[in-house]
Amino acid sequence: MRPFEYQAPTSIGEAVALLADTGERARPLAGGTDLLVQLRRGLLEVDLVVDVKKIPELNRISFHPVEGLTVGAAVACAVLCEHPDVRAAYPALIDAASIIGGPAIQGRATIGGNLCNAAPSGDAIPAMIVVGATCTVAGPGGTRAVPVETFCTAPGRTVLGEDEMLVSIRFPAPMPNSGARYLRFIPRGEMDIAVAGAGAWVLLSDDHAQITDARIALAAVAPTPLLADAAGASLIGKAPTEDAFAEAAKLAREAARPIGDVRGTEAQRRHLVGVLVKRALRGAVRRATGDLATPSGRSTEPVQGGRNHG
Amino acid sequence: MANKTRVCARVNGEQVEFLCEPYQSLLECLRDILGLTGTKDGCNDGNCGACSVLLDGQLVNSCLVLGVEIEGREVTTVEGLADWRGLHPIQLAVVEEDAVQCGYCTPGILIAAKALLDREPNPSERRIRTWMAGNLCRCTGYDKIVRAIMRAARSCAQYDPPLYNGRNKARR
Repeated sequence: MRPFEYQAPTSIGEAVALLADTGERARPLAGGTDLLVQLRRGLLEVDLVVDVKKIPELNRISFHPVEGLTVGAAVACAVLCEHPDVRAAYPALIDAASIIGGPAIQGRATIGGNLCNAAPSGDAIPAMIVVGATCTVAGPGGTRAVPVETFCTAPGRTVLGEDEMLVSIRFPAPMPNSGARYLRFIPRGEMDIAVAGAGAWVLLSDDHAQITDARIALAAVAPTPLLADAAGASLIGKAPTEDAFAEAAKLAREAARPIGDVRGTEAQRRHLVGVLVKRALRGAVRRATGDLATPSGRSTEPVQGGRNHG
Repeated sequence: MANKTRVCARVNGEQVEFLCEPYQSLLECLRDILGLTGTKDGCNDGNCGACSVLLDGQLVNSCLVLGVEIEGREVTTVEGLADWRGLHPIQLAVVEEDAVQCGYCTPGILIAAKALLDREPNPSERRIRTWMAGNLCRCTGYDKIVRAIMRAARSCAQYDPPLYNGRNKARR
């Protein structure tokens, strides 16, 4: 690896000052599962790596039934997946965090890093978008809030300025009668990058007869993970039926702007969006009605598109 | 450019202190500085698992950790599995099931299996196969490795720490 300096500040203020001083030749280090690979391959050159894992705010998971969940940007997926409150209240986040790499990657990789890496295929990103998560970003002037769906701006690019860093991600408290699900398609059982992914969140009426609100987000079918507004909106006021899911899936296919590459053709990706959106919606409705459990976490039983939970 | 950094950590139960460049991976530090060459350099990219070690009990790829990051922390490598009594039950099971061919992936396999059995003493075959997804073996076809981990689970469960100087020594 090309030489760089290493600093491990213990406060957000120190970290931001280090980033501001070094500018674009500095990068925060959380799990390192993307950053160190990019540095070693020479895809990125830096003078300074700022290890943010010693900053308390970035390592914290806090849950409150009314205020919701805050996950520090440096919390490892393995830690997140073993947290009882996250498992109980945010199963779609576990769907995604438990399929990012194998156990050794999950021991280091973070959902904050998944977001900052801004890969179109980042599995955690649609799962965060559908449940309405918001990023807390710190810079020299203080903090600002950015909705997850506007955080990524292009492949590998985000709204973060050179002197800014992601501190944490806030998730609203789960509402009664709501549920969410994330699914992806990969040709292997695990350890692969999504050919396409879909997250869905639904809020049902008290009698579960009607969808009151819904959000759908897609991975690996556009330059960034994508909130499919029209697909989600099409479900509002409808009964949670296969016809309603099919209409939402059709709108999601239309919103997708996939490319063809080594992982899949454009047509295959568009097809997968339809299949995955329907499956994610069925899963979200089952979660809203208490009928579908959280996966056992830490890369356990596969929850990929082609397998179970039809 | 960069100045070497002094790192103090525990590796396989022993306090160590070494100097490394800030950009050296834990894998390089283990192999080239500490001389612990049991941990293997396979892809150097986080894909193959040959460099698997435990960092504070958590399974990680040592190629994706900087050496400076282990300051004050505890690392277990394959060299830390056997002790004065002989091979660890997971190592014995790998020998008994002939789960080694070229052997390059084996240190990573042993460490990943230990991480699993430390958490879940009695995993299903499917669970073992999914857990081991990050450890590639191009020789065995995995069946023998999976059988070895299932055997290790049984023998770990029946394993009585031997008496030593009249006192029970805790198993690693």
